[in-house]
Amino acid sequence: MQKFSALALLAKAFGGHQGWQPQWRSPEPKPAYDVVIIGAGGHGLATAFYLASEHGIRNIAVLEKGWLGGGNTGRNTTIIRSNYLFDESAALYDHAVKLWEGLSQALNYNVMYSPRGVLMLAHNIHDIQSFKRHVHANRLNGVDNEWLTPDEIQAFVPALNVFGKVRYPILGGALQRRGGTARHDAVAWGYARAADALGVDIIQNCEVTAIRRGADGAVEAVETSRGTIRAKKIGVVAAGNTSVVMGMADVRMPLESYPLQALVSEPIKPMFPCVVMSNTIHAYISQSDKGELVIGAGTDAYTSYSQTGGLHITTHTLDAICELVPTVRRMRMLRNWGGIVDVTPDRSPIIGLTPVPGLFVNCGWGTGGFKATPGSGHVFAHTIARGTPHEIAAPFALDRFKAGRLIDEAAAAAVAH
Amino acid sequence: MLLIACPYCGESRPEAEFRYGGEAHLARTPDSLDDDGWTGFLYARGNPKGLHFERWRHIHGCGRFFNAVRHTVTDKFVTTYPAGEGRPDLSSPEFAEKVAEASR
Ligand SMILES: Cc1cc2nc3c(=O)[nH]c(=O)nc-3n(C[C@H](O)[C@H](O)[C@H](O)COP(=O)(O)OP(=O)(O)OC[C@H]3O[C@@H](n4cnc5c(N)ncnc54)[C@H](O)[C@@H]3O)c2cc1C
Ligand SMILES: [Zn+2]
Repeated sequence: MQKFSALALLAKAFGGHQGWQPQWRSPEPKPAYDVVIIGAGGHGLATAFYLASEHGIRNIAVLEKGWLGGGNTGRNTTIIRSNYLFDESAALYDHAVKLWEGLSQALNYNVMYSPRGVLMLAHNIHDIQSFKRHVHANRLNGVDNEWLTPDEIQAFVPALNVFGKVRYPILGGALQRRGGTARHDAVAWGYARAADALGVDIIQNCEVTAIRRGADGAVEAVETSRGTIRAKKIGVVAAGNTSVVMGMADVRMPLESYPLQALVSEPIKPMFPCVVMSNTIHAYISQSDKGELVIGAGTDAYTSYSQTGGLHITTHTLDAICELVPTVRRMRMLRNWGGIVDVTPDRSPIIGLTPVPGLFVNCGWGTGGFKATPGSGHVFAHTIARGTPHEIAAPFALDRFKAGRLIDEAAAAAVAH
Repeated sequence: MLLIACPYCGESRPEAEFRYGGEAHLARTPDSLDDDGWTGFLYARGNPKGLHFERWRHIHGCGRFFNAVRHTVTDKFVTTYPAGEGRPDLSSPEFAEKVAEASR
């Protein structure tokens, strides 16, 4: 692997930027691997990277039906935070935030992690009570989160319409300063490049169409659009398509797939110092380093695999943004797109073993899994390598639905992204 | 926004008049009273990529529940029918053209 550094950049600049190597290979699939990962999104690629770098398993294939990072990893609004209510969630998401902090160095790839802060706005008494409860719960878990008064919010984000006459006034907010954003594509590319350098085969345009099981019920192989590939351990990391892939092993999942949309504006000068979220009126907004406002809308009401959503969903969010940030009312939006998110009944992910021997699953991240990418890959790699769940992953096992041990972030208000 | 034909009102109306109700025909059978049965009934969903039997409610219209068959890749409806009726037999010739159209 060619190492990236300021010196290398300078040297290549003098050479007219000739001689940069491809960042990963495009290998032909081998007939068999120790581990096959289905889905080359951030979570799948991170899993492969940590399997290779921390568990010494390097005979791995990551199979991707399209191009790597082309799923939700390349479609999300990149908000990172760990101020979840429950202990289990705080442990999981904060594990990820800690990994984000050193990720660019670990991968030798600039993932542009920017802890600029995530501010969640409170618009009514319920929001205030719920967010303050979060602040306290987070602090007990060692997760930073603080309460801001309307004056403090106005000083922090001058563009916000804090004191204007609005339908849902801003009564305060919770700010996690370690929260922020990262460059989504760079996360996929950085993990792909680092995993490839450790010998992982990333095989794109390779759709898994069946999972083959032996007489004992254990997985044996996958059938793909590029032939049969044998493996004794298979990790499904297919986000919105997880129900379809798990169906190939006859496992019915507690998941529903919904379209979720985002849009970006034309680029403008810096005006948003942090990420601003409002769950109550469903709007969230941040500014990319290029200057575009990145805006996230809600999910459609119905399950779908269309990768597009209804226009009324985006309109609803834009209504809210226009009221919160009146200065952007006349801005043009450049692009609008959708991804398909896999939603669980308790809005917490599923990580771990399945009823099928050798088959592991990491899914259910729904509308908010980008932030967890490094942590998710890290604990899932451990789970696959050892065959038993990592202690942080253990509460998120599939069998929690049978045991009734739900991790009900759905009811925890600050659930959105 | 989808256009949905309410089988009671006999008219196609915008999605905003309706509330989605999730997978249809999930029946709680007496033998589902063990833990696995309950888990399946409460949480497991087919979530198919293709034809989906689902519940809708015409909440801002007649207010009544009904079922629908929709293709989840194209979002096109094959048919809608009153709650309480069994699953329509999509392999019957009556639906052949509609199923083909919804899959396109
Ligand atoms: C519009 C939008 C905004 C979002 N905003 C945020 C946010 O601000 N913060 C946040 O934390 N999260 C956010 N999310 C959620 C986040 O994007 C996801 O939770 C996360 O990226 C999931 O990563 P993944 O690697 O599991 O999935 P993906 O990146 O979707 O990867 C799964 C891969 O599996 C492949 N695949 C599927 N089926 C097969 C098959 N049969 N064979 C081979 N390959 C297959 C797919 O092609 C895909 O590339 C958002 C999502 C969307 C859509
Ligand atoms: Zn009606």
